[in-house]
Amino acid sequence: MSTYDLVVIGAGPAGLAAAVTAADAGCRVAVLDAGPRPGGQYWRHRSGADAHSHTDWAVFAGLRARFDQLHHHPDAALWFVESRPDDVGPQFAVHTHSTVVYGRRLVIATGAHDRVVPFPGWDLPGVVTAGGAQALLKGQGVVFARRVVVGGTGPFLLPVATGLADAGATVVGVYEANDPVRYARHVGAVLGAASKSTEAGRYGWRMLRRRVPYRRRTAVVAAHGDEQLTGVTVAAISPLGSVVPGSERHVGCDGLAVGFGFTPQVEVAVALGCETFMDRDGSLVVRIGPDQATSVPGVYAAGEVTGVGGAKLALVEGHLAGDAIARSLGRAEPLRAGERSRLLRIRRRLRRFAAALHAVHPVPAFWPDLCDDQTLVCRCEEVSAGAVRQAVRELSAGDARGTKLLTRAGMGWCQGRTCGYATACLTAREAGRPVSSVDLQGHASRTLMQPITLADLAGDD
Amino acid sequence: MDAPGVVVIDAGADVVVIGAGMTGAACAYYAARAGLTVTVVDRAGVASGTTGAGEGNILLSDKSPGPELSLALHSVALWRELGETVGDAQIELERKGGLVVAASATEHDTLAAFADRQRAAGVEAHAVASHELPGYEPHLSPHLVGAVHYPQDMQVQPMLAAAHLLRAARATVLTGTCVVGLLRDGTGGIRAVRTDHGLLPTSRVVNAAGVWAGRVAALAGVELPILPRRGFVLVTQPLPELVRHKVYAAGYVANVERSTAGLEISPVVEGTRAGTILIGSSREHVGFDPAMSLPALRGLAAAAIRLFPILAGVSAIRAYRGFRPYSPDHLPIIGADKNVPGLYHATGHEGAGIGLAPATGHAIAALLTDRRPHVDLRPFAPERHHVHL
Amino acid sequence: MFIFDGRSIPHDGRQSVAAALLAAGIRSWRSTRVEGRPRGVFCGIGVCFDCLVTVNGVPSQRACLVVARSGDVIEPQDERRERT
Repeated sequence: MSTYDLVVIGAGPAGLAAAVTAADAGCRVAVLDAGPRPGGQYWRHRSGADAHSHTDWAVFAGLRARFDQLHHHPDAALWFVESRPDDVGPQFAVHTHSTVVYGRRLVIATGAHDRVVPFPGWDLPGVVTAGGAQALLKGQGVVFARRVVVGGTGPFLLPVATGLADAGATVVGVYEANDPVRYARHVGAVLGAASKSTEAGRYGWRMLRRRVPYRRRTAVVAAHGDEQLTGVTVAAISPLGSVVPGSERHVGCDGLAVGFGFTPQVEVAVALGCETFMDRDGSLVVRIGPDQATSVPGVYAAGEVTGVGGAKLALVEGHLAGDAIARSLGRAEPLRAGERSRLLRIRRRLRRFAAALHAVHPVPAFWPDLCDDQTLVCRCEEVSAGAVRQAVRELSAGDARGTKLLTRAGMGWCQGRTCGYATACLTAREAGRPVSSVDLQGHASRTLMQPITLADLAGDD
Repeated sequence: MDAPGVVVIDAGADVVVIGAGMTGAACAYYAARAGLTVTVVDRAGVASGTTGAGEGNILLSDKSPGPELSLALHSVALWRELGETVGDAQIELERKGGLVVAASATEHDTLAAFADRQRAAGVEAHAVASHELPGYEPHLSPHLVGAVHYPQDMQVQPMLAAAHLLRAARATVLTGTCVVGLLRDGTGGIRAVRTDHGLLPTSRVVNAAGVWAGRVAALAGVELPILPRRGFVLVTQPLPELVRHKVYAAGYVANVERSTAGLEISPVVEGTRAGTILIGSSREHVGFDPAMSLPALRGLAAAAIRLFPILAGVSAIRAYRGFRPYSPDHLPIIGADKNVPGLYHATGHEGAGIGLAPATGHAIAALLTDRRPHVDLRPFAPERHHVHL
Repeated sequence: MFIFDGRSIPHDGRQSVAAALLAAGIRSWRSTRVEGRPRGVFCGIGVCFDCLVTVNGVPSQRACLVVARSGDVIEPQDERRERT
């Protein structure tokens, strides 16, 4: 058994930056990643020839060029993590299906997946997450449907729509539930983050060119079809955030890509006992200090798990984490003090920008009203909104863990990754109070982080 | 009196039950049936402690003749009644029977002798020869030498059972409410329960706080020697029915009755209505250490495969942990506290709390209404531990 | 080519089973345990487990993660039928 100085979990922007920074300082580094190729969801690609479709590809190429100094484990989703401190200090054992990797320090850079809230028909084949549509396109070269509606909220809807349109799909509409014109109100926060705005402008231009209609304050309120998606109902959203009665209209389509922001994958942090809290976008995130350290000695976190903020912020956090870890291990300082304070300034600015985006693109308040009692909330265990409400109303479930125990919502294959946010919100709403970090924590604990056969579990060492 | 205590948050119930787990719910249910008004208070939620971390065992098969078996026999009868009142389907009560299997001739002899003694005490137990095993469980390992079938063993979904009993009791349920004190009057009797949200006036309190019951007793100045015994359960992917009974190895009984400190594994395997298979049981004395133990999970997986080789290729999708409340002599503590008039204890059932809850609640309700309990409670008297203190 | 439900499905050697099925116009390949509802790809990145298929006799593999190989036999999962 060999122990690395650092084990990085996740090979997206944050993980790569942390790994390369620490390796540059002389640390022995292993990077574990669930994907077949480094890059994460952000730089998902099939081969180097896909570079043209990615922003910041040069940054990725730069990181990958320094890759040979570390050990990259692809297709290595972890299913268990253990803290095994010895007399030298903290030590962690990270178990994947093929190997066990030991490290003195850990960087949790597990990123995020799409956040989706339920609505009638959301379980029909043909409805996918926005990130799913993107992954099929960038990672697989497949356009998931011919006539596509893109809905939800957030700037991520734009690259998804333009990507699908560029690849030959007919994008019949992009429906943004919020009103991004309100950007103006957050201009102070946007100052200094001009590149993001330019990026939005570029997508706007590409959408115009592809004749993709873009509607603000409009939402997909239901998906229709028998065995698969045949159309959606879209409706106008009032300035106060409710569905405008009578504004509903039918839009024919065979594909719907939907996303309401992102859910950070915090289960590694939760398993290790790291402190978490509810961020302003409603996500459960890992609490970190100035040097990206979590509340657990030896464990660092970077990227979306510390608060959804995009790839640039993830890169900066990764660099800071790698630097802090190298220093904590007494290695040569990879970053000069001036560089470090520059990164801290950028981190502050990008966090302000992320907060502004969260303020402009909240999960719209109307979604629980769309869910009649028959609407599925938990897709795995087929638990309806009505069952969750009944558990609160009639069976005294006080929080989201309570509704989980009484309805099985979040107990199936995906372990609450998909329905955790929605179940927490529905529970809190039925109980007549705002959703809390306790509700979110009720769905964030996943001791076994991937399914594992009993034979592998029994035999693993 | 400090600030939180000043607010009275309850009109005043005849009895306040501390703990909304299976035992607290059963106490509330039978107290309500006896005509009392009940408030149940829990610092977290319904079934959020040990109840939400078990398998829902209602077993006679693992009980030696003696006071615990008497309690269990009464409980099995009450569970049948509850299934009819509340609805088997509502609480996923399955009258599936237990199958205790032996891996060696010695184990088989011990098991057969144990079953003989149980039969004499009123338990239905049928010897099953090895060639008959596939008729009971088609996927059992062919290497087992025999078994005993216990038709009275049952399974229940304990979280649903607790919630439905609380509902049927029409109890006021205060979740997220932590008990911080017990107020006494001039004669030492209970006057009110103080919580972090305010006062609950009452003259009678049932301490059904499970593994935390010692802390509640301490609020009344009483020592209750309840300790945690950690256990894990593995849950598989949903499957077509592979396991029909509650199946466990004969070694389980020995482990339940032992109290060594190291990790002990004895496989208990059963299917659920949800299609998952639950795999217990591990036992460790490690206090309230919340860490998941990989050696324990590995041991459970290996033991389950030894019983059911077909499970080797089945995936575990989650695991959970709980703390069983046990007392030094491994018997529950059920009865009135001799030192604090109005205080009753109902805890210490270790891994048998779900099964024993109705008889426990039934007995507590009898004490609360000055009736004679159905089961002799003397072996469970709280003061039996006092001599050791 | 791999075989899905008796049908030959082309793939490019790097594609996931889900991607190849979608490219062949197949939208769903699993029916749920309780309601028997059709399911296919939802998250596309291995998070939701909606796209489970049986691959060469091994059930409940995520079609969005398993790379399709020539000669594979992929079967849909009818979980409601299996339940009874």
